[in-house]
Amino acid sequence: MAGCKPKTMPVTPVGNYSGKVVIDPINRIEGHLRIEVEVENGRVKNAWSSSQLFRGLELILKGRDPRDAKHFTQRACGVCTHVHALASTRMVENAVGVDKKIPPLGTAMRNLLLGSQFLHDHIVHFYHLHALDWVDVVNALSANPKKAADLANGAGLGHRKHTEAELKAVQDRLKKFVEGGQLGIFANAYFLKPHAAYKLPAELNLLATAHYLEALKLQILPSRMMAIIGGKNPHTQALYEGGITSYDAITKDKFKLFKDLYKQTMDFVTNTYVPDVLAVAPYYLDWGGIGGTTNFLTCGEFPSDEGDINSRYLPAGAIYKRDIANVKAFDPMKVAEHVKYSWYENGPSLNPFKGETKPKYTDMDHMTTANTGKYSWMKAPRYDNLATEVGPLAQTLVAFAKGHKETVGLVSLVLKHLGVGAEALFSTLGRTAARCIQTVVIGKEMQNWIDNVDKMLAKGDTNLLAKWEMPDSAQGVGFVDAPRGMLSHWINIKGKKIENIQLVVPSTWNLGPRDDKGVLGPVEEALIGTPVFDPKRPVEVLRTVHSYDPCIACGVHIIDPKTNEVYKFKVC
Amino acid sequence: MRCLIGSGQNDVEKTLKDKGFTRRDFMKLCATVSAAMAADASFTPAAVAAALTAKRPPVVWLQFAECTGCTESILRTVDPPIADVLFDVISLDYHETIMQCAGEAIEEVLEKTIHDYAGKFVLVCEGGIPTKDGGIYGKVGGKTMLSIVKDVYPKAAATICIGTCSCFGGVQKAKPNPTGAKSVPEALGTTKNIINIAGCPPNPINFIGAVVHYITKGVPELDSNLRPKLFFGETVHDKCPRLKHFEAGEFAKSFDDVTAKKGYCLYELGCKGPDTYNNCSSALFNQVSFPIQAGHPCIGCSEPDFWDKMSPFYETA
Ligand code: SF4
Repeated sequence: MAGCKPKTMPVTPVGNYSGKVVIDPINRIEGHLRIEVEVENGRVKNAWSSSQLFRGLELILKGRDPRDAKHFTQRACGVCTHVHALASTRMVENAVGVDKKIPPLGTAMRNLLLGSQFLHDHIVHFYHLHALDWVDVVNALSANPKKAADLANGAGLGHRKHTEAELKAVQDRLKKFVEGGQLGIFANAYFLKPHAAYKLPAELNLLATAHYLEALKLQILPSRMMAIIGGKNPHTQALYEGGITSYDAITKDKFKLFKDLYKQTMDFVTNTYVPDVLAVAPYYLDWGGIGGTTNFLTCGEFPSDEGDINSRYLPAGAIYKRDIANVKAFDPMKVAEHVKYSWYENGPSLNPFKGETKPKYTDMDHMTTANTGKYSWMKAPRYDNLATEVGPLAQTLVAFAKGHKETVGLVSLVLKHLGVGAEALFSTLGRTAARCIQTVVIGKEMQNWIDNVDKMLAKGDTNLLAKWEMPDSAQGVGFVDAPRGMLSHWINIKGKKIENIQLVVPSTWNLGPRDDKGVLGPVEEALIGTPVFDPKRPVEVLRTVHSYDPCIACGVHIIDPKTNEVYKFKVC
Repeated sequence: MRCLIGSGQNDVEKTLKDKGFTRRDFMKLCATVSAAMAADASFTPAAVAAALTAKRPPVVWLQFAECTGCTESILRTVDPPIADVLFDVISLDYHETIMQCAGEAIEEVLEKTIHDYAGKFVLVCEGGIPTKDGGIYGKVGGKTMLSIVKDVYPKAAATICIGTCSCFGGVQKAKPNPTGAKSVPEALGTTKNIINIAGCPPNPINFIGAVVHYITKGVPELDSNLRPKLFFGETVHDKCPRLKHFEAGEFAKSFDDVTAKKGYCLYELGCKGPDTYNNCSSALFNQVSFPIQAGHPCIGCSEPDFWDKMSPFYETA
């Protein structure tokens, strides 16, 4: 592995700036986010995460047919598409009691659809939303393509074979692009002038840039996997309460196409995505000590029985204070939302079945000075009164702590390669590595679901859905551990219509504001201590913010002001 | 289909090659664009080649009250792959989802682009515009989305509204429309130089086709909802693979029974295909399927106010 690791421990430079840095808009995310940090002597001392869009989806859903919820809520986000449709479908299934009756073939096809979404989402996040925080594209122009090919071929990280010619072609194409003067997406890029926080050697920059372009084409494959089962991507349209409607996907030719695309996608994951993460990480090893948080939560994912959260392939659980020796059981009744710092009228913190608030917008200039003002359209969800991170890192930590075999194997392999202990997982680097680990764990398990589907089809089983009837009134909740973390939809049905519905989504967990006690939200906490070398080009702040894969449009909602009753509800 | 490339037009061929287009890529692009524009026989490979050899038109892509699904849809373009579109067909000079820089640096890019290319750039709008209470429900860089669209639109050569939110207001405009969301034409109070590529999301082929058409031949012929007739001239029902069942009176009765398994028409389960103008059934999504093929009724997503007018989605109109 010689030649692909730095000789000394890398150190991200710290500048001497003191003052405020506002990044608005934050780019390479879904939605509209503003991050403000107070920097002292080149390090972040305080941080505010502010969502800038309010759409009112939950209000719009009141009085509608509960089955229509999936179509509306899916429009919360087109990046992590499908997961809101799944959460709403599960929510209604839980309410009407069909969740325990979904045929095994329906569950397997739904798992394959969600699995494809993970493959797609994580590849796009790493290459197109996150990589440019670590990879200097301009520096790639000065690389020696032969050395870059040698590096890939000789690093022993599992890269597919690279040729000098292919990397030279990428470099030439890039050169023409830059020399042509129309910089397009690289206009004003932080690396147009050298930036000391970028640490990769030119050859690795070239290799990663080549893979950025390759991944643009590759990501089309898992999106087609989703379309085969889900009808289209983004915004699948094949879920229906009781199962899934895509009989077309279980025809011989279509399922074969699905399997072919799956194989090609997994080839890329194992011979490009994983080796790239392993090759880049050693140059940013100090980021294994930057950007960490304290508490973690996951509802687990990929059930064999939709009616039993304990049947999920990836386990549910909570970790407090980084204590991975002591994983707590997941309890949905510990979820509450706070609004003191959100643009809503003040009120007590409430479980999603009871909550409410009216929008109340104020200006945000006083944010940094008084630290008392409201500053976000997001609420602050808390678990057991704790600010809690959700997402691939939370899922991976819980699975690791609970001895999930595949996760343990991969986490150990990565830690060994980097020569660090498990404490390095609690960081920006850990979050980015966990996303890659999760991709492999889920991707590999998909082969088992495919084999199961083949077996069921061979027996002539084509049952994708169970029958059910809409009761006059009911309550239900649907949990999905989405690519960005735990997502829950909560419903009260009355007169066969939606009386009240609420979405508590991953990005409010991660990017929400301070809670009623003034405790920082996870991304705010993670930013404290981050070095900032050049306040005009604060790429270090972007690294940590992007490591959460923020998705803001879904993080904004309003809760029905009229329901103050305490409901009992069944947890699946 | 005969393609220009390799048929003696060496300059064109060379330029295409310089831009990284192989003959195969080019053939694919020709096929894609012509398929999407089946109604326009005059749309030849020569026109596509002309579009590709021109200086890449600057495109400013603004995002308002949206879910980024339209951007994602474009990123899924199969043929030509998005990498080729981004680097060779257009110059995407402003797009928050994929640009490297953020904050002030990205705002600077926006200002510079609309200044340097005033009257020349194509504006793409994704998302509806919150207008209630002065537009405070949606801000970018401290400015309301309403003020941004009003500021940028007059400087563009043409505006493409991508997706039902910008075309017609979208999901946030559904009753009771808590944020006073409007479509871009409504918020601006004009339809001048605006092309609507509707759909939730739209098929990327319709967007690429509209861009190529605009570069080579100008604004395509539009229907009364500002949608190009090339893509929105027929209903989903007109070319639906289940049409034979509709005509034979064979309707699926329930998603879980044998009528659904047999692929019968979904009309009685709520299909809005007969009232929905779009080319899903012929163009397909992700070049592999579309909702009706996946066994789910059409919800009418390319029609104005479909969230209210086409719902409840599982009941017949
Ligand atoms: S499924 Fe819908 S679009 Fe197709 S034939 Fe039936 S009604 Fe028409």
